[in-house]
Amino acid sequence: MSWGSPQDFFAMGGYGWYVWGSYVVATACIVAELWILRRRGRTLRRALSRKSGDRG
Amino acid sequence: MRLNLWRYASPQTFYPVADKLSPWFLGLAAVLAAIGLYIGFFVAPTDFQQGESYRIIFLHVPAAWMSMFIYVVMAFWCAVGMALNTRLSFMMALALAPTGAMFTFIALWTGALWGKPTWGTWWVWDARLTSELILLFLYIGFLSLHAAIDDVRRADRAAALLALIGAVNVPIIYFSVQWWSTLHQGASVSLTRAPSMAATMLVGMLIMSLAAWMYAIGASLLRVRGIVLERESDADWVQELGKAAA
Repeated sequence: MSWGSPQDFFAMGGYGWYVWGSYVVATACIVAELWILRRRGRTLRRALSRKSGDRG
Repeated sequence: MRLNLWRYASPQTFYPVADKLSPWFLGLAAVLAAIGLYIGFFVAPTDFQQGESYRIIFLHVPAAWMSMFIYVVMAFWCAVGMALNTRLSFMMALALAPTGAMFTFIALWTGALWGKPTWGTWWVWDARLTSELILLFLYIGFLSLHAAIDDVRRADRAAALLALIGAVNVPIIYFSVQWWSTLHQGASVSLTRAPSMAATMLVGMLIMSLAAWMYAIGASLLRVRGIVLERESDADWVQELGKAAA
């Protein structure tokens, strides 16, 4: 498939809202999940080093 | 020398493995998704019936497959945990559920956005769509039930029981398009006959499925890592880890 122009690509033959609506929301879900996982990992590591710092 | 797989059933030995492997799986997922999307948007031809709207398939089908597959794996770990009483199995099941729920949501969302231009409706209460919605509720139910019980071991077992009972729903989703009349089309890809779609579309879809697979493994390893740390936070090895990091 070769798109004539960037406008053609974004228009998706008139189905732009449906196609990009799918891809944008899916990407947002994945980015949100990774962000939550990262934040949780950081919080845990911080709590852990504080805890073992208290003991050691 | 025999590799002892049981060794990895202990959270202590599994933790560094999950820690090291998860970025590789996530990286692989990104590369595969880039290739799959390139094929999906720049190589695969326009569909003669649906025009460009069919390009939702590269998300919809992989997400729908993963939503079911992750549930099966989750139920499997629940069964292993119930039978062998292995702590790590329950942690794996708990780590898979949010990613499974996310894929189920993506499958439903992209399905609605695909249904509107092709069927003329966002949603119908037919067998395929309804059973997939039930799958989302099962994931949410599993997580809520687990969160509602304070004692972790009891929470593990209660949620596992729910997951195992809910597993009946997976074959119902899969075969719903054969058992009942529905708006949803039948399987485009099957092991017994040639796929009913253009080769490049199929390749793009399969690569996107592999990407979804890698992502699911990477994300759940990342999550199980956190669950292990949380639950074992009083264990000596976690304390050592904390000292090393501090």
